[in-house]
Amino acid sequence: MSEFPARPLPALTEDTAPFWTAGERGELLIQQCDHCRYYIHPPTGFCPQCESRETHFQPVSGRGFVETFTVNHKQWMPGLPERYVLALVRIAEQDDVRLATNIVGCDPDAVTFDMPVRVRFEQAEDLWIPLFAPEEVFAPENAA
Amino acid sequence: MLKAAITGIGMSRLGRNLDRPCIELLADAALEALADAGLTRDDIDGLTTYPGKHDNSPGMSPLGCTEVREALGLKTRWHSSSSEGPAQMSPLMIAAMAVSTGQARHVLCFRALTESSSQSPGRRASVATGNGGRVGGWFSWLLPVGALSASNWAAQFAQRRAYEFGATREQIGVQCVQQRANAQHNPRAVFHGKPMTMEDYLSARMISDPLSMLDCDIPIDGACVIIISAADAARDCRKPPISIAAMGAGLTRRDSWDQRADLTQMASLDAAESMWATTDFKPGDVDVAAVYDGFSVFIPMWLESFGFCGRGEAEAFIASGATALTGRLPTNTGGGQLSAGRLHGFGHLHEACVQLWGEGGGRQAAKARTAAVGMGGGPLAGAMLLHRE
Ligand SMILES: [Zn+2]
Repeated sequence: MSEFPARPLPALTEDTAPFWTAGERGELLIQQCDHCRYYIHPPTGFCPQCESRETHFQPVSGRGFVETFTVNHKQWMPGLPERYVLALVRIAEQDDVRLATNIVGCDPDAVTFDMPVRVRFEQAEDLWIPLFAPEEVFAPENAA
Repeated sequence: MLKAAITGIGMSRLGRNLDRPCIELLADAALEALADAGLTRDDIDGLTTYPGKHDNSPGMSPLGCTEVREALGLKTRWHSSSSEGPAQMSPLMIAAMAVSTGQARHVLCFRALTESSSQSPGRRASVATGNGGRVGGWFSWLLPVGALSASNWAAQFAQRRAYEFGATREQIGVQCVQQRANAQHNPRAVFHGKPMTMEDYLSARMISDPLSMLDCDIPIDGACVIIISAADAARDCRKPPISIAAMGAGLTRRDSWDQRADLTQMASLDAAESMWATTDFKPGDVDVAAVYDGFSVFIPMWLESFGFCGRGEAEAFIASGATALTGRLPTNTGGGQLSAGRLHGFGHLHEACVQLWGEGGGRQAAKARTAAVGMGGGPLAGAMLLHRE
């Protein structure tokens, strides 16, 4: 069940649609350079490492680490909760790709820096928002 | 040293729900600045502002160059408003470049806001709600997860600093309490007459860990005007000119709230580095600092960016008393945006000039010949070094 009855949603463009829709298939897609394999986020279609214009959206492991986080305590608009965890997760594949996300599946007080997390998706209209939960939530003994 | 100087400053009254037309506040500030410089409207031949007329966020910028030129009857040779650039400092830097290259002699630079009286329970200033529709651009990466307020984005820096450096709320609280004390000597400050203790600070309502209400600046109604003149024209003005010794608008790392490799620093580092690269002055030459405090955590980051202390040391630097009015680097002597009100950086430059002209009264620093001014937070940053002979 969503903690967010009314998430503000992103407008989709050719560059951003893969990221926001691939969750339907359980995939986290990040734009990657065809040539040097550098991950480009937010996607721009141009590789800042090797100047290639050839990119694709690559499924990644969905694993990452909490770079930083904050517990929000204020309701900013109707339909949003007061208390939730905002975080920047760096993906396991590349340290400098940070995804703004919520940490779910645990008490807000249990979130720590550099904590291993794994993606899970929440559907909102036609989009699938990548959220992250502590890796331990996915252990077989904890599986729902 | 640029061939540009500050010759006059003006400010309207500042307050919450003043319920006055924005142009009236702007006119008050403009006429005060003109009188300060010993100039008339006919002397003004340049006009700049940030970000220009802007209707997306209530009261954030009701006036652009067009409205002000028409209302004040100005005849300009140069004008500019820009939302992209070194943050709130861009109109001041553009003015300095305009007078240095002969495009104008006296530029009126302004910032005017009615964020207090324009916001309602459903339309808060500086909260990106997306107006109910789907949002594009860089907001679109933050809003879906409820990172709606700049306080959330700033909090993520503060948290990382607490984790890496052991920075505490008590340390940053020293600065917040000091600024409130400074504001008691600033009759225009929105919290003049409302002192604050460390106990008040530590018990304030949390907004986004570790930032509470008292770590967030105050939306107000108000206007501020700075007049920037060509160095030769400045000599004819009423007061001794304040030279713009250097300025920096570097953005050499990621242009983002969330993608910088080191989340304990923001674009202020890039801006300050580029400023120092153009001058022989050193951080040790600076007597007073005026640094952006939309959120309290920006203050230690600006202090480190300018090199007043090392990376990770600013909270301890503050707690040592160094930034107090009687410390070795009095900082945000007018109360800053936390206690005087949010003039989007213009208040900081105004206060630096007050100090350099020795007009601070009860909040005057003992020595004030050279001032460092930093504006902006997150990916926005502009740095300026001011010097009075
Ligand atoms: Zn490449």
